Amino acid sequence: MWKWLHPYANPEVTYHFTGKLMPWFSVLAAIFLSIGVVWALLFAPADYQQGESFRIFYIHVPAAMFSMSIYFAMAVAAFCSLVWQLKLSDAAASAMAPVGATFTAIALITGAAWGKPMWGTWWIWDARLTSELILLFLYLGVMALHNAFEDKNVAGKAAGILTLVGSINLPIIKYSVEWWNTLHQGATVSKLGKPSMTADMFWPFLISFLGFAFLISIIICIRFRTELLSRNSMRPWVKELLLSPKKSEPTTLLGDK
Amino acid sequence: MNNTPSLSYKAAFFLIIKRDLTIAFRHSDDIFNPLLFFVIVVTLFPLAIGAESTTLSRIAPGIIWVAALLSTLLSLDRLFKSDHSDGSLEQMLLSPYPVFILVLGKIIAHWLLTGLPLILVAPLLAVLLHLNENSYGALMLTLFLGTPVLSLLGAIGVALTVGIKKGGVLLSLLVLPLYIPVLIFATSTIDTAAMNLPYSGQLAIIAALLFGSLTLAPFAVSAALKVSTN
Repeated sequence: MWKWLHPYANPEVTYHFTGKLMPWFSVLAAIFLSIGVVWALLFAPADYQQGESFRIFYIHVPAAMFSMSIYFAMAVAAFCSLVWQLKLSDAAASAMAPVGATFTAIALITGAAWGKPMWGTWWIWDARLTSELILLFLYLGVMALHNAFEDKNVAGKAAGILTLVGSINLPIIKYSVEWWNTLHQGATVSKLGKPSMTADMFWPFLISFLGFAFLISIIICIRFRTELLSRNSMRPWVKELLLSPKKSEPTTLLGDK
Repeated sequence: MNNTPSLSYKAAFFLIIKRDLTIAFRHSDDIFNPLLFFVIVVTLFPLAIGAESTTLSRIAPGIIWVAALLSTLLSLDRLFKSDHSDGSLEQMLLSPYPVFILVLGKIIAHWLLTGLPLILVAPLLAVLLHLNENSYGALMLTLFLGTPVLSLLGAIGVALTVGIKKGGVLLSLLVLPLYIPVLIFATSTIDTAAMNLPYSGQLAIIAALLFGSLTLAPFAVSAALKVSTN
């Protein structure tokens, strides 16, 4: 049943596979992001209560959702690398951490920019905001631990354990708006069934959300491939790749993104 | 090599506690220095903020808890560092006993040496800070339930950084975010008690944190120790 997965445990196969995926990701990201962001920022109707400033929602919410999703993906990768000793999932986890930290920071900053006109304050010690800030600290801790070891294998395992311990924070962030009586509004789009926004606000959100998803996939792919190369730099296939430049880089499409 | 344990698991557990306590009593500075640090940090606040009793009693729970967090953090190093440098940690990992049990013993010994003295000193400091009279019970209960959580979570951080030469600052980066939930619920318990409201809800959450970390943290610690000693 899992036989199709086995070839991807080989770094060389995975390197070329992700290389083939990246042009698709970049085209999709360019299409979805340009449509989604233009639609969201220029053509979507303004909110009846929050006016024009609600448009930051289209950046803030995807960033916040992905800050958690990336952490979840990182925790799954860390679990796989600890349990099954998969070197590649370790590389994936270390490729994801800085991306996740960046998106957490984006979520916090756009949230502050949205909070100023709506709540009258940049920051408030509210459960959702505090737990998101803890998430940022966790990301930074994982990255710091990763950099502290000379040996990449040991670093990956240690950071993986910390990632798994920190994953307890994810349900806290997710449900903080329900468990505590917070100023931060409740879930809008991720509700099961009907989202509590109209279709002409929801569609641009969905499209820009997908755009961000593909953008994150590209960034993670680039970092993952770099990680693979640096970890396997003594292997013959990496040397061969460097010596024959024509088949090595299918990433030229990135230029027009 | 004889691979069958000569002691029962229970005996090994108590032996580890006894060993750590004996070592600590022979270097009694290790016990008193974090405690002294706790007292000094608490006395800094009235000097810095001003000795107004209303302000102090308002911020007393926060001061005591932050000081407790920091002094636990300082004392964490002792948990595995010396055992790691003289090689006895590796012997423990190689021994036929489950690492879980030995680690739990070490953590409990650590709590007896840092958490317990802290609880004993805390009421005195609370008097100095004019803590609200209704809050004393809540302060003691939160410290009693919360300081073991600090030792347990801190042990994970120490186990991860024990192999690193300059692990001190890194340790605080890793551990302090994990301490935040305890801090939030503990201070909110004490504040609620000061307003004469029932605080059993927050207390139950701290107890849940305690039992969750008591059952899960030793596994994380033993995994981390295996990583950092290989």
